[in-house]
Amino acid sequence: MIKASDGKKAAWITFFVLPGAAVVFVFILLPLFMSLFNSLFDWNQLIRGEFVGLENFHKLFNGYPYRQRFINALGNNLKWFVVSMLVQNTLGLLFGYALSRRIAGRGAYIRILFIPVLFSLIAVGSLWGLYLKPKGMVNNLLILLGRPDLRRAWLGDGAIATYALIAVNIWRWVGFPTLVFMSAVDNVPEGCVEAAYLDGAGEWRIFLKIVLPLIVPAIAIVSVLTVVGSLNVFEQVYTMAGLDGPPNYATDTIGTLFYRTAFGSVDSGAPEIGVGSAIAVVIYLMTFVISLISIRLAKSKEVEL
Amino acid sequence: MTKYLCLALCLFLTALGSPSARGEGVTEISFWTWRPEDTAFYESVIADFEALNPDIKVVQNAIKNTEYNTILAAALASGDGAPDVFMSRAYGGLQTFADSGYILALDQLMPELMLFSEFARGGALSVTDGKMYGVPAVSQTMLCFYNAGVYRELGLSVPATWDEFLENLEACQAAGYDALANGTKDGWCCESLLGGVGPSFYGGDGFYDRLIRGETTFMDPAFVEAVQKVQDLAPYMPDLFEGVDYADMQASFIYEIGVHFIGGSYEAGYFSLQNPQLEYGVFAIPGEKAEDPAYVSVYADMNFSVSAASRKQEAALRFLKYLASPRFGQQMVDQLAMVSSVPGVDVSANPFIAQVLALQENATPYVFLVGFRYKQPTGSSLFQSAAQDLMVGKATAEQTCQIVQEGVAVYYEPFWA
Repeated sequence: MIKASDGKKAAWITFFVLPGAAVVFVFILLPLFMSLFNSLFDWNQLIRGEFVGLENFHKLFNGYPYRQRFINALGNNLKWFVVSMLVQNTLGLLFGYALSRRIAGRGAYIRILFIPVLFSLIAVGSLWGLYLKPKGMVNNLLILLGRPDLRRAWLGDGAIATYALIAVNIWRWVGFPTLVFMSAVDNVPEGCVEAAYLDGAGEWRIFLKIVLPLIVPAIAIVSVLTVVGSLNVFEQVYTMAGLDGPPNYATDTIGTLFYRTAFGSVDSGAPEIGVGSAIAVVIYLMTFVISLISIRLAKSKEVEL
Repeated sequence: MTKYLCLALCLFLTALGSPSARGEGVTEISFWTWRPEDTAFYESVIADFEALNPDIKVVQNAIKNTEYNTILAAALASGDGAPDVFMSRAYGGLQTFADSGYILALDQLMPELMLFSEFARGGALSVTDGKMYGVPAVSQTMLCFYNAGVYRELGLSVPATWDEFLENLEACQAAGYDALANGTKDGWCCESLLGGVGPSFYGGDGFYDRLIRGETTFMDPAFVEAVQKVQDLAPYMPDLFEGVDYADMQASFIYEIGVHFIGGSYEAGYFSLQNPQLEYGVFAIPGEKAEDPAYVSVYADMNFSVSAASRKQEAALRFLKYLASPRFGQQMVDQLAMVSSVPGVDVSANPFIAQVLALQENATPYVFLVGFRYKQPTGSSLFQSAAQDLMVGKATAEQTCQIVQEGVAVYYEPFWA
C-alpha cells in the first residue's frame, strides 16, 4: 500500500518536473555540452574536422590575436561589473531604501524607475544609439545647457564608449535592484528598527547596523545577477557599438568576442567555431564559478534573526 | 436534385483539389540579400522573374549588411531556415561557405559563367578547388564622390593633385560645409578611406602583385605614405567624426551637408534614390603629381549563390540563371547605377557608370578585401581597428602598418621569407 502510494507520488513529481527539466536540458545543458564538444575539434570554416583535444583552448589563451582580444574583452566585462556594482546597485539601494520610507509620490517613483526594465534591450540600445550620436539628443542638450565643450563622440571615443554603454544599461536596469532592495528593506522587522530608534540611533546608524545586515540575502541576489549580467553583456554592445566592439575593440566584451569568433562578421572574416566554442565554455565556467563564490561569500555574511 | 447536389459536390471537391486552389505547382524559394535599402529594387526584379516563371514564387528577406554573414552562417550551419538563393560575399567571404560545402558549385550547371570576365569570376572562385560558387553580380570601385552643386557654387574643379584636393576641402570648410562626410565609427569605413586614397600613393597593380608574392610588405614606404595620407584627412572630417557611422555619412552627403564622400561606387543608386535633386560627380583621388595617373581600388562584389542543401534546387537554379542574364544586369545598371558584371549589358546609357568604367582604366585590387580576407586575423579587421586609432591620432601611420604586417604575417607564408 505504502509502496503504491510512493510510486504515485514519484509519478506526480516526475510529471511536474519533466517539462522544466526538458527545457533546462534542451536550452541550457545540451548547448553547453555541444559547445564543449565543438571546442574539442578542429574546424575548417563551418565543417567539423579532427579531434584536437584542448588545442582551441590553447589557441585562445596563447595564440595571436585571440589572447589579446580575450584579455581586452574580459577587461571590459570587468568594467561592466565594477561600474554596475558601484553605481547601479548603490543607486538601487539608495532608491530602494528611500522608497521604503514611504516618501510622497512613492507609487509614481516606483513605476518611473521600473518601466525601463520592461523595455526591450534592443529597442533601448537602438534608441540610445541615436541619442548618443555626435549630433544626437545628448550633445544637443549639452549645447542647450550652454556646455558645448562637454560634447563627445560618446560611442566613438574609445576612452568613454564602454562607460556610455554601461550608463545606458544603468538607466534601463536600475529599477530592478531598486525593487529588490525596497522589498528587502520593507521586510526588515519593524520591531528592530523601532527599538534602535528608541535607543537613540540615527537614520544612518540604523541603515548601517540594522537594515544592511538584514538585507544581505537581497544584496547577494543582486550581486550574483550583476556578475552574471556583466559576464553575459552582448545585446547592448551589439546594437549600440557593433559586433567588432569599436573603436579598436574598446567596447568588445567576451560575449561579442565569442559571437564574432564563432560566426564571423562582415569584415572580421571567417567563422572559427572551435575557438568560438572554447570561449563559450570559458564564459560558462567563469559565470558558474564566480556566481558560486559570490553566493558563498554572501551566505557567510548573512544574519539570522 | 440529389444528382445536382452530387455534381456540385464533385465540382467543389475538384476545385479544392486543383493545383491552383491548393497552390500546388508553384514552388516557393527564399532569397536573402544584405541590401535592405534595395528591397524595392529586388521586389521589382522578383516580379519580373515571376512573370517569366509563373511556377516559381521568390520570397525576399533583406538582412542588415553588418549582420548578414552571421545570420547566414548560423542558418547554413544549422540547416534550418537556410535560404535557397542568397547573396554571397566575394573572395575570402565566399571561401568560408564554399569550403564548408554549403554552396552549390556552378561550373557544370551554368556554363554561361565562363563568359564573365576573369576579374569578375575571381570574386566567385574558391581558391581551394578552383570551382565557381556564385554568379558574379557587380564590380565596385572605391573613389570620391563630390557634390557638383557645391563645386559650382564655390568655383571648384575636380582636383588633379593631392594638394588641389586638400585646397578643395579647405574651401568647402571655409564655406561652412563638412568638407568630408566620412566618419570612422564603423571600422570598415576606414578601409574605404584607404581604398579611395591609397592606390594613387602605393601605385597600381605593381604594388599589389609584389605584396601578394611577398616581395614587399605593408611596411613598404609607399604603403606607409598612403596610410599617412588617410590620416591627413582627419581635419577635414565632420565634428566628432569618430562617432559618425555609415548611416550618418550617407545622410550627410545626401542632404548636402558633406561635400565629399570617399566610398564605393555602390553608393550612387542610394544617393540618387534618397535625393533625386542631388548633383554629384566622382573622381579618383589624385597623387602628388598631376602627370601621374590617379588610381582607384576595384573589387568584384556580391555573388548570387544557391544553397547546396536547398530542396528546390531546380527552381533556385532557374532564378540564378535569371540573375546571370543581361536582362537582370541591365536592371542593375539602370535602376541601381551599379557596374554589372554580366556580359552583354549596355552601360552607355548611364553616364555615371561610363565615368566609373573610365576610372577603372587605372585600377588596382582593393588590397585587403581581395587579397587578405582568407584567414584570421584578416588584413581588413587588422587595418579597420588600427585605423580607428590612427584617425584620432592615437597611432602613427607606421604603427598602423606594423600592426597589419605583424597580424597578417602570422599566417601569410610569402611574408615569412
